Amino acid sequence: MRPFSYVRAGDAGTAIALVREHPDSAFLAGGTTEVDLVRQDVLRPGLLVDINDLPLDLIEDLPDGGLRIGALARMSDVARAPGVMERFPVISQALVLGASAQLRNMASMGGNLCQRVRCSYFRDPASLCNKRDPGSGCAALSGFHRGHAILGTSDHCIATHPSDVAIPLTALDAIVHTSGPGGERAIGIDDFFLLPGDTPQREHPLEHGELITAIEVPGAPVARRSVYLKFRDRQSYEFALASVAAAVRIQDGTVAEVRLALGGVGTRPWRARRAEAALLGRPASAASFAAAARQELAAATPHPMNAFKVELAQRAIVRALTTLTDGDR
Amino acid sequence: MNVDTEVAARSAVRGPSAGAVTLTVNHEPRLLRIEPRVSLLDALREHLGLTGSKKGCDQGTCGACTVWVDGRRVLACLTLAVACEGREVTTIEGLAADGELHPMQAAFVEHDAFQCGYCTPGQIMSAVKLMEEGHAGDDAEIAEWMSGNICRCAAYPNIRAAIGGVRDAAGGER
Repeated sequence: MRPFSYVRAGDAGTAIALVREHPDSAFLAGGTTEVDLVRQDVLRPGLLVDINDLPLDLIEDLPDGGLRIGALARMSDVARAPGVMERFPVISQALVLGASAQLRNMASMGGNLCQRVRCSYFRDPASLCNKRDPGSGCAALSGFHRGHAILGTSDHCIATHPSDVAIPLTALDAIVHTSGPGGERAIGIDDFFLLPGDTPQREHPLEHGELITAIEVPGAPVARRSVYLKFRDRQSYEFALASVAAAVRIQDGTVAEVRLALGGVGTRPWRARRAEAALLGRPASAASFAAAARQELAAATPHPMNAFKVELAQRAIVRALTTLTDGDR
Repeated sequence: MNVDTEVAARSAVRGPSAGAVTLTVNHEPRLLRIEPRVSLLDALREHLGLTGSKKGCDQGTCGACTVWVDGRRVLACLTLAVACEGREVTTIEGLAADGELHPMQAAFVEHDAFQCGYCTPGQIMSAVKLMEEGHAGDDAEIAEWMSGNICRCAAYPNIRAAIGGVRDAAGGER
């Protein structure tokens, strides 16, 4: 591991100023991705600014029925927070199905959103990767890409966004609050995760020195009946091949409200808006679920090894909606 | 940030060369001279001679390095030692009290919950916390909440039996 300097910040202003002053610096929260990638020589920071002492770990229930999750709240604490379990079961489930108990105790919510892709070519400095070394090429296109994305891909990058909890946060229109050199701002989650396009090295719109302070989830009564389903090569402690966050309200046998997002298949957390639009007003039946899933995946751009994900993602959508509406059909 | 805090923050920058770091390990303060890049795992094993915590993958995938920081199970390989200053670190060496094995250690012996034994310290540090977290309800729940600890000898049935034994002896939490 290359040498670096370290400082523990006592307040957010100091942390932001330190990172802003040092072009080769980075914030250090849970470290579960960052320390790993520094050891792999993928990240080469000169200074790590430890933000773990900052008071950004509150998990608050908001008056509108929403949540405000401090950026430094740990995955494990958010998963078992009563307000999350009761009003947003899909968030709690996604958290518990991610990583392991040890990693969930370490990893922060802000860090979760900023985690880097698990593409083995990105993680290997000897391989070509446009995300790590812009313009060098993408080894995954002609290489081993069984776990890679089928939605939102480009000729420059097909790496899957690895987060589980980002999937329900996307379905629920979460808002990322930040503080930085330019002041505070609120970024809708659709604008937070960027498609790779021809700049896969840019994964989010944060400036250098801009710190995530909280994640807000707007009140959504529909989320009380929600589920996160995750399909993977082993039963636990594994990334998704496909996953679904779903929330639905049925009225008189038809879909009155629905939120759908996909994980494991997109270069970013994938809001399934086509499927949502196709479902509204339709009967809560397996046939309409399948038709909606087909419409969403019509835009898929599979590669030889991950073509199975097109069917897998559709079945995952149908399974999630069927599970949620069992009593209504 | 005002000038005073800025000056204080700058002076608090450590490294990249080695400097003094005080860690509290198993209730004892220990003074080390280490670089900021040293992981908690390497600090324990290479600098403090506490070789109970094992290095399996060194990339957060196997769980052999599981220790407690401020009472929570974490991975020592993905934790920087310098970031543990002011926190309480507990390793497998700190588990037995007064020469008596911790009940979970005794249960692993009783149930033959290992073959080569390399993953065992991490398994035990994880298992004690799993009990406290209330996730030892049945075999399936134990398997899920112990999934961060890999055993390549596949002693899993016996590991689950050891944990179930401690649960039942403690009055159960079914």
